[in-house]
Amino acid sequence: MTLAAETFDELREIAARYPQARSGLLPMLHLVQSVEGRVTPEGIQACADVLGLTPAEVSGVATFYTMYKRHPVGTHHVGVCTNTLCAVMGGDEIFACLREKLEVGNDETTADGAITLEHIECNAACDYAPVVMVNWEFFDNQTPESASQLVDDLREGREVVASRGARITSWREAERVLAGFEDGLVDEGPAAGPESLVGLELARERGWAAPVHAHGSADVTEEMPEAVEEADTRRAESETIAEEASDD
Amino acid sequence: MTDTLTPVLTSNWGDERAWTLPAYAQQGGYDALDFALGLAPEDVQTMVKDSGLRGRGGAGFPTGVKWGFLPPADPENPKPRYLVVNADESEPGTCKDIPLMMASPHTLVEGVIISSYAIRAERAFIYVRGEVLHVIRRLQAAVREAYAAGHLGKNIHGSGYDLELVVHAGAGAYICGEETALLDSLEGRRGQPRLRPPFPAVAGLYASPTVINNAESIASVPAIVKNGADWFAGMGTEKSAGVGIFSLSGHVKKPGQYEAPLGITLRKLIELAGGVREGHELKFWTPGGSSTPLFTQEHLDVTLDFEGVQAAGSMLGTRALQIFDDSVCVVRAVLRWTEFYKHESCGKCTPCREGTWWLVQVLERLEKGDGKPEDLDLLLDQCDNILGRSFCALGDGATSPITSSIQYFRDEYLAHLEQGGCPFDPKKSTAWAESVVEPVETTREEASPND
Repeated sequence: MTLAAETFDELREIAARYPQARSGLLPMLHLVQSVEGRVTPEGIQACADVLGLTPAEVSGVATFYTMYKRHPVGTHHVGVCTNTLCAVMGGDEIFACLREKLEVGNDETTADGAITLEHIECNAACDYAPVVMVNWEFFDNQTPESASQLVDDLREGREVVASRGARITSWREAERVLAGFEDGLVDEGPAAGPESLVGLELARERGWAAPVHAHGSADVTEEMPEAVEEADTRRAESETIAEEASDD
Repeated sequence: MTDTLTPVLTSNWGDERAWTLPAYAQQGGYDALDFALGLAPEDVQTMVKDSGLRGRGGAGFPTGVKWGFLPPADPENPKPRYLVVNADESEPGTCKDIPLMMASPHTLVEGVIISSYAIRAERAFIYVRGEVLHVIRRLQAAVREAYAAGHLGKNIHGSGYDLELVVHAGAGAYICGEETALLDSLEGRRGQPRLRPPFPAVAGLYASPTVINNAESIASVPAIVKNGADWFAGMGTEKSAGVGIFSLSGHVKKPGQYEAPLGITLRKLIELAGGVREGHELKFWTPGGSSTPLFTQEHLDVTLDFEGVQAAGSMLGTRALQIFDDSVCVVRAVLRWTEFYKHESCGKCTPCREGTWWLVQVLERLEKGDGKPEDLDLLLDQCDNILGRSFCALGDGATSPITSSIQYFRDEYLAHLEQGGCPFDPKKSTAWAESVVEPVETTREEASPND
């Protein structure tokens, strides 16, 4: 079955963002997945039609990238990081636990169609290891128990909120965002998780800061003499504290 | 003397709704853009060059110098220029750009606008890896807000300068962090590296002059413009100027992001992070992600700047400090990284495509205790046939953990053969393991998730 006219319109809209239409192919394939639940032959044909490429050229691209799936993905995609650091911190155990619990192998979907389980590579959250991703949202500092509870909640349709992110929607809805269509959930979740802030908080505690600039776009000494004075005082105090601390 | 920690990029991460334009504007956001637009583009370039900023994506090439490689505008053949931000953060251990873009996407967007102005580009792209949904939401919203506020689009701040910026999500391929593979990917193709020359500065995106910079590099530009080149150059070391985000992960008490002048040591960082996990000792670590040769306890005082790390036999890379204590089997760790490189090899160059496959075969049997002592020499020979023999650095990176681990832990490889299996219990290295020191004796049968 061919794709709906409005999907074709959106595919053209994506291509039009770029100086050369073919640059839109990756987000277009994300859109195909959001509509079709995978990269279907019809979706490949649609991208080829919009971009004036052959289906073989589009397939060649779709098969290169691991986020594009040729088989149906479940309502939710659960990715367990098993790259070295997460694996060592417990990712291997979490993955083994979920595989057994869900009775699926890697990159397979549960019989009820709720969850596709995959072991994934480093997702750039190593300070929160072990990390699990649901529809590419972060679930930090996981254990086999927490991950097990997580998939139970997903299967039961209970509300699930990412550690640093929004309420979980679905894999298809996430794919639509990756295609460049906002979903209105940007303001959910924190700016940063606790681990992202450890250095900043420690610096504040000890009164450490980057030096006040000498010169640049704004001349602080002219505009805010009090602030500079205050910063100098704070700095002096903090240096004293730091000296004391280093004496320990 | 500069303070031990110097939050610049991380300074607003704890602010209320830090990702929004009002929050960013309140702490002086987009003031640097105003200032930059009052200068000639060349002067902004000079400022970044004089600051000593070096690429934060791993290679450490001076950012301002890279910009200077763009050919002079040719009125006969006017080709557009492009700025492409590499936000495809995927190097194992690297986790600094993602929290930056989640907490303060406007820092990056402002950096993009100033940098594009400096190189006279009228189109820019942020190529962000696809597997980080919420970060992509935050970037999309920041760009939308910036357009609405007149920071992007036509006649920015009434300066006559125009810029269009697109947030582009990738689709899962480590190789796209390699700048020429990224360009192919951004052109809607398989992400495979290109042969250089021509370099992207001459023939990059759509064969036009293109600058590609790491997200942290570009995000550093507003602070440099705001505070001056001397301010930035005054921090760090003489050849490795400024501050950078150091990402500590693994077996330390307080893993996380620590922004410090370049040249800090791991000893200091571990101290700040509360020490190594209770009851354990540091065994090995990566200074800049898995592609940088491993370090051990003996490297605790190496200064973490480009020169210091290189002199000690590794690379500063992305300051991705993955800390492994004495509960971790180095062969298991190296095997897993090698499986990663095998999976991510794009297949273009034979030594990398075939070589990483063979490395996995040999490492697997060593880890299981089925190998032979000669396998270590075989591994080194295979590495020798991969290193320097492919288009890009992926294959080179794949050899780093292997050669360095054999250098420092040859006996541990041999112990696997003597015991007929891995002498370590993987349960003891997990985040929830009880922190007790026990002699390790159990042999394990571990199911690899890659089966």
